[in-house]
Amino acid sequence: MSEKTEQQRLTVFKTYKLYVGGKFPRSESGRVYEVTDSKGNWLANAPQSSRKDARDAVVAARKAFGAWSGATAYNRGQVLYRVAEMLEGRREQFVREVAEAEGLSKSKAAAVVDATIDRWVWYAGWTDKISQVVGGANPVAGPYFNLSSPEPSGVVAVVAPQESSFLGLVSVVAPVIATGNTAVVIASEKAPLPALSLGEVLATSDVPGGVVNVLSGRTAEIAAPLAAHQDVNAIDLAGADEGLAKELEIAAADNLKRVLRPQPVDYFETPGIERLTAFLETKTVWHPTGSLGASGSSY
Amino acid sequence: MPPSAPASALSDVTASDSTLRRFLHGLPGVDAVGLEARAASLGTRSIKTTAKAYAIDLAISMVDLTTLEGADTPGKVRALGAKAVHPDPTDRTTPTTAAVCVYPDMVAVAKEAVAGSGVKVASVATAFPAGRAALEVKLADVREAVAAGADEIDMVIDRGAFLAGRYLKVYDEIVAVKEACGTNARLKVIFETGELSTYDNIRRASWLGMLAGADFIKTSTGKVAVNATPPNTLLMLEAVRDFRALTGVQVGVKPAGGIRTSKDAIKFLVLVNETAGADWLDNHWFRFGASSLLNDLLMQRQKLATGRYSGPDYVTVD
Amino acid sequence: MNNVSSAFEYAPAPESRSVVDIAPSYGLFIDGEFTEAADGKVFKTISPSTEEVLSEVAQAGSEDVDRAVKAARKAFEKWSALPGSERAKYLFRIARIIQERSRELAVLETLDNGKPIKETRDADLPLVAAHFFYYAGWADKLEHAGFGRNPRPLGVAGQVIPWNFPLLMLAWKIAPALATGNTVVLKPAETTPLSALFFADICRQAGLPKGVVNILPGYGDTGAALVAHPDVNKVAFTGSTAVGKEIARTVAGTRKKLTLELGGKGANIVFDDAPIDQAVEGIVNGIFFNQGQVCCAGSRLLVQESIQDELLESLKRRLSTLRLGDPLDKNTDIGAINSAEQLARISALAEQGQAEGAERWSPACELPESGYWFAPTLFTNVTQAHTIARDEIFGPVLSVLTFRTPDEAVAKANNTQYGLSAGIWTEKGSRILAVANKLRAGVVWSNTFNKFDPTSPFGGYKESGFGREGGRHGLEAYLDV
Repeated sequence: MSEKTEQQRLTVFKTYKLYVGGKFPRSESGRVYEVTDSKGNWLANAPQSSRKDARDAVVAARKAFGAWSGATAYNRGQVLYRVAEMLEGRREQFVREVAEAEGLSKSKAAAVVDATIDRWVWYAGWTDKISQVVGGANPVAGPYFNLSSPEPSGVVAVVAPQESSFLGLVSVVAPVIATGNTAVVIASEKAPLPALSLGEVLATSDVPGGVVNVLSGRTAEIAAPLAAHQDVNAIDLAGADEGLAKELEIAAADNLKRVLRPQPVDYFETPGIERLTAFLETKTVWHPTGSLGASGSSY
Repeated sequence: MPPSAPASALSDVTASDSTLRRFLHGLPGVDAVGLEARAASLGTRSIKTTAKAYAIDLAISMVDLTTLEGADTPGKVRALGAKAVHPDPTDRTTPTTAAVCVYPDMVAVAKEAVAGSGVKVASVATAFPAGRAALEVKLADVREAVAAGADEIDMVIDRGAFLAGRYLKVYDEIVAVKEACGTNARLKVIFETGELSTYDNIRRASWLGMLAGADFIKTSTGKVAVNATPPNTLLMLEAVRDFRALTGVQVGVKPAGGIRTSKDAIKFLVLVNETAGADWLDNHWFRFGASSLLNDLLMQRQKLATGRYSGPDYVTVD
Repeated sequence: MNNVSSAFEYAPAPESRSVVDIAPSYGLFIDGEFTEAADGKVFKTISPSTEEVLSEVAQAGSEDVDRAVKAARKAFEKWSALPGSERAKYLFRIARIIQERSRELAVLETLDNGKPIKETRDADLPLVAAHFFYYAGWADKLEHAGFGRNPRPLGVAGQVIPWNFPLLMLAWKIAPALATGNTVVLKPAETTPLSALFFADICRQAGLPKGVVNILPGYGDTGAALVAHPDVNKVAFTGSTAVGKEIARTVAGTRKKLTLELGGKGANIVFDDAPIDQAVEGIVNGIFFNQGQVCCAGSRLLVQESIQDELLESLKRRLSTLRLGDPLDKNTDIGAINSAEQLARISALAEQGQAEGAERWSPACELPESGYWFAPTLFTNVTQAHTIARDEIFGPVLSVLTFRTPDEAVAKANNTQYGLSAGIWTEKGSRILAVANKLRAGVVWSNTFNKFDPTSPFGGYKESGFGREGGRHGLEAYLDV
């Protein structure tokens, strides 16, 4: 879009909405808050989610968990790759949104978006490999076949990074859903727009509704009910400051959520598998093998 | 003895090959590892002092003292009979064995040797041990043994027919042999479990034998590589227990072959005690088919009585 | 015909107590020395089968915790710097000494815990030695374990273990911690401190450097002080879910790494095509092994309605053969409950089961006069709504529920806040795999139950805790990854 065109017509603003259960609701509270760019210019009004929005998002995530965790790993890989494809097509939009959100130059924002798209591709490839890397047969000392395999923890609340509003966001969401978890994501409080726009991409990328749910608003307000929610299985505290992280971890103890504490991360670096394994359970199944027949045994 | 015809609850099971097959294949499966683990676990029971003395005497009383050699002679059989009647000549409190077990042509000799003692004479029959002969030949074998005075007939089933799935043929043959046994001779049906190969087959054979009127079900001939084992005997004990619960008919069990020591024999008695129950702890319902076992039982018995370990020169070689 | 009469009564076959020499008193084991508690406190440990006092044991307070953590911290520097191959040899030594002394340790464990010698001899002790052997071998191969090229230990591990498998839980905690180069401060349970103190002696025999292993007997407050100590880098706990949650709150906001192995309410699912006789054994083993004082016990029997009567009849017949009594008797199947407190809890829950309308059954079974005993107990007519179907009883009490379809079985099995273990009994392979796939439990035993192995990861989903013990997975809890 050229300067000239913009001058000729008034642009159409986007009403940013939450992304919950595959739909785009406003906050049930009816609240919005002002989102500005790094220089303080108004960008949009974002929904300011309430605890009820958080609750609805958990319901949606739980509902989606069965089918998503039950999908083949190959299928999940295809879906994640599809997200990358869709993002590539919307690259310019996200470059603009990230530049505005994070106060980056266009070229730096482009580097962020490219890295983000590549991150989806990276995790898309992991879906059908992680089981082989972290699972396997165990050589027990007895006539048993014994196999350990990873399974998703369930519904994961994700406090997305505050600073890295897009690359950071995808770097914490993609590993959660790659393995079959479903996510309730709290977008960066001051830069929620890329996250809300990502919801639009996910909705058109074969990601089933409810697998990723995006909430914007005051991080502490939304995170508290999620950390305490008995039907949430895990929480990633990436975007929580020290005080909030401790508070949330204490709340999370009520149903023994798996907690990934905040830690310094360079999101441009190729990740390890820690974010994948943080939200995996190991299930070990035993079955007798024994000999082929009764004649094999003697005393 | 209650009549050993199948109870009415099961009377339609043997109506045809297919109903019989459906019934046998509908029996609960056997998990081999679990069965063997249970047998091994019962094998860790520690039977000491008075319990051991009881078990040894019980085991002696359950022995079917056996000679099944091509080289058997009347002299050999007479010696065996004498041993069955007086297992330990130095200690007259020693129980007699349950029976002597011989080939049909030796029944008369054996009968004479144990006369008046209460020791039974059992005879293998039906073209033992292979069982590969025409039915008429097998029945003639049985009739000859019974005519010579056999109290018990140890028949072998047609394993070929069983493995080929011709269960009704196996069934009919057992029924015919049972008939040939008449009213006086009890019938032991040998499955040759080592050839049936799987525990599922052993369970099916057990039920097949009991349906056909077996008085005893017996593991083996002693002539193949794997004979009686704790797991296969445990499995057969479960079968007789379940059969009685269903039909009211009690059937005996006889592990045979490979049981050589008192320690082994006591393990089998523990299996009986904790699986089929105390009702089977009697030589009318449980037997050991064995030859060398008896001397080990006798040596252990002497050890318990005297506190000293005995030796082979202190028991008779017959 | 037969001059043998009288029933086959097994004569007493007691394991000799003389193989173990229990001292009248024991100290804390800190920095390679036995020492009294700073405040001089002691407590008595008794044999739950007789209530006989076995010994008097020093009770660690917060000052002692601090001393022990300091000793472990000091030892950490050298221990973590040792080549893995050297650490491995210490662990191999320990494994071998445990094997050599296994009879003694089995008798000791039976005395202090109340569980049958059959179990300590055939299950606990062999698994203890095997666990040390397994992790010994990892010590010099950590770079191949999939946790990066140079995985580092965390530092000082504070470990709190329960009373149900005292020495085995010690092995599950200490073996991987030492193999990965950590040093440990371990608190055994207050009712079963002795085998851990004997283990201290094994460390001495093995020549383990001072301070690498420190043992602090004590009650819950000792454990709390250890978990809260600021210089502890790693907390590992096995015990109740309530305490697990408390610990999770304590370590919140710190850098302490936490693994928890907590309660369970395992479902043992029996389908109509199960290998019935083996299923009965599995059910018995699932709930009566160690008097049901097992976090992964199969305490909920889910039986397909069509075979309920048949299965219950078999089960009751089998329960009637269980031998309850002197834990040192080699033929004892069911020993004593570990403590008066635990017995009271089991009794209260069983009474509640009755009060809520479930049908209670126990085989005829004479309980000894002294000591803590509870007869094997079966509840039928139980539904998901009953307390005994939801709360962990941690005792020899089985709740029987029915289901009609595999879907219903899975739904009921998963309908619990726990997720530690489950069992499946069916001869149909595809059903095993389908059901195992849907169960939210860390260990699924199909056509078997309560099997353990050092190579096999163990641990729960949901409120049964997090982290895995055993196998390659078990290393992660003690590495900086």
